[in-house]
Parts: sequence; C-alpha cells; structure tokens
Amino acid sequence: MPIIVKVDVCVGCEACVNECPFGAIEMKDEKAVIGDKCTLCGTCVDICPSFAIEMADEPKTAPTEDLSAYNGVWVFAEQRNNKIVSVTYELLGEGRRLADSRGEELSAVLFGTGMDAEAKSLIEAGADRVYQVGAPLLNEFHEDAYADALSQLIKKYKPEIVLAGATSIGRAFVPIVATRVRTGLTADCTALDIDAESKNLLQTRPAFGGNIMATIACPNNRPQMATVRPGVMKRLPPDAARTGEIIKETPVSPLTSRTKLLETIEEAGHKINISEAEIIVSGGRGMGEKGFELLREIAEILGGVVGATRAAVDSGWMPYPHQIGQTGRTVSPRLYIACGISGAIQHLAGMQSSDMIIAINKDPNAPIFNVADIGIVGDVFEVLPAFAKKLKEMRG
Amino acid sequence: MNIAVCVKQVPDASEVKIDKATGTMVREGVPAILNPFDAYAVEEAVRLKEKHGGKVFAVTMGPPQAGEVLRHVVAMGADDVMLISDRAFAGADTWATSYTLGLGLKKLVPLDLVICGKQAIDGDTAQVGPGVAENLGLPFIAYVRKIVDMSDGRMKVERLIEDGYEVVEVSLPAVITVVKEINAPRMPSLKGKMKAKSLDIKPLSAEAIGAEAEKIGLVGSPTKVMKVFSPPSKGNRERIDGAPQEQAARLAEKLREMKVI
Repeated sequence: MPIIVKVDVCVGCEACVNECPFGAIEMKDEKAVIGDKCTLCGTCVDICPSFAIEMADEPKTAPTEDLSAYNGVWVFAEQRNNKIVSVTYELLGEGRRLADSRGEELSAVLFGTGMDAEAKSLIEAGADRVYQVGAPLLNEFHEDAYADALSQLIKKYKPEIVLAGATSIGRAFVPIVATRVRTGLTADCTALDIDAESKNLLQTRPAFGGNIMATIACPNNRPQMATVRPGVMKRLPPDAARTGEIIKETPVSPLTSRTKLLETIEEAGHKINISEAEIIVSGGRGMGEKGFELLREIAEILGGVVGATRAAVDSGWMPYPHQIGQTGRTVSPRLYIACGISGAIQHLAGMQSSDMIIAINKDPNAPIFNVADIGIVGDVFEVLPAFAKKLKEMRG
Repeated sequence: MNIAVCVKQVPDASEVKIDKATGTMVREGVPAILNPFDAYAVEEAVRLKEKHGGKVFAVTMGPPQAGEVLRHVVAMGADDVMLISDRAFAGADTWATSYTLGLGLKKLVPLDLVICGKQAIDGDTAQVGPGVAENLGLPFIAYVRKIVDMSDGRMKVERLIEDGYEVVEVSLPAVITVVKEINAPRMPSLKGKMKAKSLDIKPLSAEAIGAEAEKIGLVGSPTKVMKVFSPPSKGNRERIDGAPQEQAARLAEKLREMKVI
C-alpha cells in the first residue's frame, strides 16, 4: 500500500474518514486504517491536519552509494580525565554480540594521549582492534575536534555500525558526525539487534518520555549510528588473555577547536554521576527537607545515591544534578526506590526503565504504583526509619 | 546582537494519559504546546537582547498550526518569526529537520547566536541542535546552564556534565542548547499577547528556502521508523502490606534476597 498512516502521528481525529471520497478509511484502535477501496487519490494526504498520512515514495529512498563497502562494528570509547567511562565497556559487550551475529570484527575508537593501558583494557573487554588517536587536543572534550577526528576515521575505514554512549559527550558531538557523514543516528537506545533478513541494525528507543517505544532502522545510509543509554547493556568480564591490534592513527587534516575549556568544576559535595548509579534512593514532595536526610542515610547503607523529583529540587532540598525526570536526568539503575513520589508522567519518563522499582507512598492510587515492581502503601516517615534500622542490623 | 531560537510544537506531556486497559498513550484531545525546553531558550535570548540590544528571531518547522507556538514566543518577547511549513517536510527525522532549519536560519540576517532547548519532549533525541550547528558550519555547545559573559565576539558559558559543570569559551557566532537551570521563563506580557495576536505568519515552503528534494521530509531521512509499540508492562507486581515495622522488615528482607545488601 503506497499510502501510509504514521500511527505515532495520527491523533484519531477522523478527518480523513469523513473526507475520503471512496469510504476507504476506517478507525481501528483510534487510528486511521486505509482499506481495499483506496484508489490512491491522495485526498486524505492533503486533508490530514497532523501530516500523519503520506504517499510512500519508495524508489527515491534507495541507497546512493555502495553499502557493501562498509564493514565492522565500532564503539566510541569515551574517556574523562584519562579514564574510560563505564558505558564504553557496556557497549563493547553489546558490540561483541552484534559483531558476532554479523560475523564481523569489533573495534574501539579511543581519543587522547597516554592511554595505552586503557587501549589494552578495551581489548580485554571484547574489542578486536583499537584505533587510537593520540592528539593532545583530544585529551579534553571539544565538540569540533571530537567530531572531526571521528568523521575522518569513519570516512577512512567505513564501519557498518558505530555506537557511542548517550552521555553528555556522546549526545553533544555524535549528532555532528552523523550530520556530516550524511547518515542516520538514533538517540538514547535501550535495545539493539540485527534484523535476521536484512542484517540491518534495529535500534529500539523510548520516546515521549518512555510512554512509547520505537524501533528504528537506517536501511540506505552507512554507518548505522546509535547512542546507547548508560546502564542498559551488559559488559563482558575482562579477559586478560584476549589479544587484539592497536592502531595508532594520525588525523589526516589537523584538528582544531573553536571552543576552549577553561575550567572543570565538580559539584560541591556531590561528586556523583546519577546516570551511572546502580542504586538510587529517590524522594519527592512528600519527603520534605528533613526527609532527604533519611534518604541520604539509606542510600549510604545501600551504596547508592540520592535522586529527587523536580518538586523536591525546586524546593531547594536537593541540587539540580540529582533531578530525575523529563527536565532532569534519565536513569535506569538496577534498583530505584521511590519515596514520597506520586509519579507524575514527567518523573516516570526519567526512571521507568529501571530494572527494579520499589515505591513507598501513602496514596494507594498514586501513579508511581503503576510502574513499581514492589509497592508499599504507607507513610514514608513511619516505614523509612524502620527500614533504615533494619538495614543497619542486617549489615551488622 | 541578533539571536535566533529554534522552537517546536509538541503535545503537552502533562495532559497525556495512559489507557489502563491497553497500556497505550491516549493522544486524543491533548493540547499542543511550546516544547518546555524551548521556553528556556526563548527566555535566554530575550534576556540577552534586553542586555545587549538587537533582535530575537524564532524559527520552527512544522504543520501550519505550529504557527501557534510562534505567537506564544512573540508574546514572550521575540521580535520576528519564521514558520517553515510544507507537506514535503512531513516525516523528517533529525537529519532532515536539521538541514531544513539550517536553510531557514541562513536566510536570516547575520546571526550572532542560535539557541535551542536541550531536546524536545516528544522525540527526546537532543540531535537537532548539534545538527543545525553542523549545517550552519558553526561551533556548538550542549547543555548550557549559564551564559557567564559575552564580549568581543566571544562567549563564556557553563556547560552541564555528568558530575558537575565545565566553563567553556567559544567564538561567535555559535549554536548552544540550554537546560532548565539557566533561567525561569517569563509569562507572556499583555503587550506581547496583543502583538502576537496581530502577527501575520506566512509559511515558507521548501522552494522558498531552497531545499533539495532528496534531503527533506521522509525521503531525505536516513532513519526509518519500523515499529511503534507500548513499553512492555511490568509483570510480577507485588504489594507489601501490614504495619510500617512489618513492611520495613519485609522490604529489607527482599533487598537481601536480591543481594543488594
């Protein structure tokens, strides 16, 4: 059917149903569905106020270059202060799986000088090869220089797939690279797979604050690029016996930067990276300022960090880097304990892909219970002190 | 100082409900609003104009009704607007959107700064800001939480990173995306609302901005949506009842079983 209804855009207004001269459109699950009577007249395409109906234009989207020239899976090995960030190892674990299922090699791309030990750690984590660009300008993050260096390598070696962490670095410069090399990039993926038939990379990501999931492909452009949410993929146990090749690269054209890093400041007293935390104890409006002291205590016992809703941050109980939700951070820890959080859709957007969610709230109808694996209806000020005491006893 | 702001019309997330029976999002009757992150971009642009003089241009790509967000932005203090609207743009992914917005921005007088919200709340990609920068050939800084200083064709900003922030200097013109921390957006003024009401918005077509057909809309988009589905619902839901002491004890026990403690 060369007329397509984009179900994620269709708002179910029925304008097309009423206007179709052939009565070919009906509503199914509040979405327009085009039936057999369709004559491809295009009336619905013109009438749809949401631009949800389109004439498919298949032939024009055919590849414009030889895609078979592209080969291999790449992982961008992000580093901060000469230390590899953990999402890199997670991507190597996932990249290994994807490369094996395509029967190809897995390579890592590492920037910065004095990184030889780190390069080896990438091989131990699953890479067959490391492309190491040892330019001093790449020791710190510069959008221009990072984008130049990665684009040059992609043009030189033509990888089939390029993965990077959906971190503040990855999400800032990888879109520049994808724009430059004229290929697709899927943001903040939570699942990746290889299509059995086409061998294309299937990239699944939450959209609309996690309320819908979309699977995206990039059929006619290469490389297929994705940023992947930290904490989702599984790293492999490091294998010191693994061998691989380390290739020192020199940029073809010299790297430059129009930005200059003047200073890096860690947030006072809160040296945490909430996006990478395995355990988050989070509080909302129901906690009050005093309540957050309790959450800090519990987080410390569990070896986790404290998160907060927008309401709690706006009240000044926690600093902004701890905010979880649509206007804060998106997290997917192993364990998320939501205390005194009602579960507004904007908050759920930032945490509902956590592995295990425990919710404590006195309102049994709070929406947070809809996403919780374990729900406790109760007063946080009664349950949490007893919980903290019990944990301390267990720890001994 | 001429500043452009890229804005997007999105469904209001706070009005979105989940159908409990099907687990799917109910979009019907959901009002369309200015993307909340873009309000910070507009506010920052208007503040810079108030401080340094100049003009604020607001640009959007979307269906004709997206003009409504431009009115909102004018009510907040923007001086001029550009609505890029053509059926040929429909189905654009972030690559095609960045290309299209870039062409629109190139038509504006020499710009000193382009500000975008950190991401749109419907797509959540955060890719159009950097994509626009690349299309304009300008330097880019993401997640700006404060503009510290602006003088002599340079700008000093604080950019949010995972465990703090960085102070970065950049040459102008440049493109930045801003986070919520940067300001508190103002309410539209009465005078602004009057101006917005009388605004005559003429959509610019693909031809008007000189777009190449193979780089716009669905055809120009490298990524294709294969499938849209509801997130799998949680199984094994469990409730711990009883007195607070008892609930606390059982929860602690659960964590021990999970080897958290």
